[in-house]
Amino acid sequence: MTAVLEVRDLRLWYGTARGSVRAVDRVSLEIDAGSVLGLVGESGCGKSTLGRGILGLLPEGARADGEVLYKGRNLVTMSPRELRRLRGPDLGLIFQEPMTRLNPLLRIEDHFRETIEQHDSKLTPKDVRRRSLDTLGRMGIPPTRFRQYPHEFSGGMRQRIMIALALVLRPSLLVADEPTTSLDVIVEAQILRILADLKENFDTALLLITHNLGIVAEACDRVAVMYAGQIAEEGPARDVFADPKHPYTRELLRSTISLDTKVLHSIPGAPPNLISPPSGCHFHPRCPDVMRVCPAHDPIETQPDPDRRVLCWLHGPEREIPEGGTAPLEREQIAVAEEA
Amino acid sequence: MATAAVRLQRRTVGIRRALAPIAEARGMARTMLWTGVGMTLVFVLLAIFAPLLSPYGFDQYTSGGHRFAQLAHPSHAHLFGTTVQSTDVLSRIVWGAQTELEVVGLALAFGLVVGVPLGLIAGYFGGPFDRGTVLFMDAMFAFPPLLLAIVIAFLLGGSVNSGVLVAAIAITITYIPQYFRVVRNHVISVREEPYVEAARALGAKPFTILRRYVFFNVVQNVPVIATLNAADAVLTLTALGFLGYGVQPTQGAEWGYDVSRAVSDAASGIWWTGLFPGLAIVLLVTGLTLLGEGLNETINPVLRRRSIRQVDFAAPSMDAGAELLEA
Amino acid sequence: MNQGSSLKRYAITRLALVVPMVFILLTLVFLLMRVAPGNPVSASLGGHAPPAVIKEISHQLGYDKPVYVQYGHYLGQIIRGNFGTTISDRRSVGSIILVNGAATLELTFFAMIVAVFVGMLIGLLSGRYRDSPLDTGGRLFGIVVYATPVFFLGLLAQLIFGVWLGWLPISDQASPITQALLQTHTNIFFLDAIIDGNWSALWDITQHLILPATTLGIVYGGVFIRLIRVNVIRTMKEDYIEAARARGIKERSVVYHHAFRNALVPVITVVGLQLALLLGGAILTETTFNWPGLGHELYIYLQNRDYAAVQGIVVVFALVVVAASIVIDFANAFIDPRVRY
Repeated sequence: MTAVLEVRDLRLWYGTARGSVRAVDRVSLEIDAGSVLGLVGESGCGKSTLGRGILGLLPEGARADGEVLYKGRNLVTMSPRELRRLRGPDLGLIFQEPMTRLNPLLRIEDHFRETIEQHDSKLTPKDVRRRSLDTLGRMGIPPTRFRQYPHEFSGGMRQRIMIALALVLRPSLLVADEPTTSLDVIVEAQILRILADLKENFDTALLLITHNLGIVAEACDRVAVMYAGQIAEEGPARDVFADPKHPYTRELLRSTISLDTKVLHSIPGAPPNLISPPSGCHFHPRCPDVMRVCPAHDPIETQPDPDRRVLCWLHGPEREIPEGGTAPLEREQIAVAEEA
Repeated sequence: MATAAVRLQRRTVGIRRALAPIAEARGMARTMLWTGVGMTLVFVLLAIFAPLLSPYGFDQYTSGGHRFAQLAHPSHAHLFGTTVQSTDVLSRIVWGAQTELEVVGLALAFGLVVGVPLGLIAGYFGGPFDRGTVLFMDAMFAFPPLLLAIVIAFLLGGSVNSGVLVAAIAITITYIPQYFRVVRNHVISVREEPYVEAARALGAKPFTILRRYVFFNVVQNVPVIATLNAADAVLTLTALGFLGYGVQPTQGAEWGYDVSRAVSDAASGIWWTGLFPGLAIVLLVTGLTLLGEGLNETINPVLRRRSIRQVDFAAPSMDAGAELLEA
Repeated sequence: MNQGSSLKRYAITRLALVVPMVFILLTLVFLLMRVAPGNPVSASLGGHAPPAVIKEISHQLGYDKPVYVQYGHYLGQIIRGNFGTTISDRRSVGSIILVNGAATLELTFFAMIVAVFVGMLIGLLSGRYRDSPLDTGGRLFGIVVYATPVFFLGLLAQLIFGVWLGWLPISDQASPITQALLQTHTNIFFLDAIIDGNWSALWDITQHLILPATTLGIVYGGVFIRLIRVNVIRTMKEDYIEAARARGIKERSVVYHHAFRNALVPVITVVGLQLALLLGGAILTETTFNWPGLGHELYIYLQNRDYAAVQGIVVVFALVVVAASIVIDFANAFIDPRVRY
């Protein structure tokens, strides 16, 4: 199965007055057709930037370095015009807040017509209408509401409309940026079912960005855990959750609340400042298993199992660790108010 | 052990935080702000030092026993020329600055003193007082502002002696609805904020809440509105002067009045009697507007632009190297 | 259908709200006029009339009755469309409105067109190319132009185009010959000339219109520039703009069909609000260019201290603004489906 998306060594930095924000700091990943990759992490870890950056939708002041190969073509070096042409028929993005993503002055019909006609101007109005209603129908929106305005729909329905808009041109790669975060649990389940359906019927490659581990466990084939702009760990979802290799993943899982939870567990400290992240392994100030080598040298990615990657000194490579590096690091209690 | 300096720092935190955006202002906003300050300052200085700076009195038409030339071209003796009444145009510009700023200052002060508290009370307490005041203010909004000012100046002109006061009151009444509305709207939105609700839940008295939370929050908006209103006020004042209301020619120099006298000169091609007063108006109002817009851009977060620095991927990495390991 | 009924409901609600407002307005004007010092009749007769005459006329006009009776009389008259009679020359205010109001309407209409055109053109470009030299130039233009009093710009225009270049007339609505030959239909000279098919008259009228309308329009166009620019900037930041780009909509379409269109929606409201300002400016323009409009009449009646005339004209001005704001609100409700309550 060929990879629809291959990200290699991607860096996405923002320029600010106080220095460059390293939102994405050398990330590599792959997504195959019909496969769902979950991207999890705390707020501010860079996952949203990664999702947008892959599609080339970053605000001004952001710069990209590295490769984003979509079906072999590098999106980073592509001209803006070519990139724009890919958006819609090949690349799709679903946003987090559906309430404000539709133009309040245009009917749903107008939104669809514009999207389709901008990419395929040869379709007749009847065809345009048919395709739109077809996609909307799959999302559970009846044809009678086609000519209504956005404010006449609830949040959940608007999200479904947004998904339909993203899908109407059958893109091969879809990025969903926290699609259910602002919706209630029941609607969330509906949306997830729709996304699972994509995999079945359209063979779409899906990058599902979320901070909710439950969603990942339920809907994703593979998962990548992100911390401070880097991928801490990546592998098949079931395996990663059953046997987490990176201390951060482990702590994340322990922090998840379920019906069995008796004591609240949290990771001490706060997510790091991305302008000047901690030296060496970015997680070292908060890591319960920190060793002396961790702050000193950037960790090197290893494959503890054939299908898994991890970025942690605990998993070697042994020969790169200097003398005495594996000894635990002595440090004072972490200041709770570590600024972000 | 807090020293005096530290105590002063703590006391002024609020003000400094409010003024911080001004220091951070970049590009257009900064240029506008400081240009506006400069231009306005020129006129303020003219107004304050008029007696020193002006070559002659505002209605002076003789000097050393002999009368000035009538409608004289700009020359050494009269840099901006003279009017049909033999008064020196330049002097009238300088003295006029005093008139303008006097009236506008008064009008602003009156307007703030009346409009802001009204808006605060109506916005915070709501109820019949609020509804009544809003209805009244909305009705006043229906009048073309200049019309209202003219009528009021006209009505007051008979009974009040000081033209400056007449004009100031007329302008005040015209702008009160604006202050009221802006303050009231802002208070209403602040009123619903969680921190105000929390204060209420803790049992704070309404006046305390108003004073501590609402007032400062709302007052932030006021400088921008006041400056922009000052600009409008000058225009209104000169319009009144043009039509013959407000400051009377015997009481002081007024630029708008001068332009109205210059209209008949225009037919004969005499340009200096009208051009200079007119330019003075344009420059003062432009200065005030630039100041107001500059303030608006720096304080208002919607329009604010954070400065962007270029990204350099080749910057040194964070790998501290072996030094840490030695420790 | 759904749209029609909600629009109708909105109409009824909106109109209902107007009644108390108009009531307050009328009362305000009434009170204002009564606040005036001195006897309105003697003042408007020049203060030299013998007491007996003053008493007689006061009685005729009802000024000797108690205030509340006068108030009732006043309201009653207005509801019936009678705005009173002037004291100094015994004209009915109604006829003044018809003749001079039409002139003001003509001036204001064309001025508004100029203002909106100038404002839209510069404002849209300014907002779109924010912080570019074009933007800076546009904003500066808007600021300086608004800082220019309308009478000063008028004076300059008269000097340059009338006296020095001699291209355009600098006063009146039309030349005397045209006025003599023009048939009165609507009192709006421009329309009347078209109805008559009198093209030379139309040309003359247009020439007379150019300086006053452009002067008034440019000054108030300056305000539009600022407003439209801010709206464009705000709209371009909206979430649905980003979403449209994510769907691969061409930037040009994003700008024109989404950003500009949405940014202009509030402009309709602004046009309505500006009307009040524009009417004020019209008073000044009419005085400068000797344009026979309501503002000019007001100025003259103020000189004559004719309170009845002033009262009548002020009421008309205010009612026009209220009516315009209703129309604007309707237009808004029509365009923006979210507004209808």
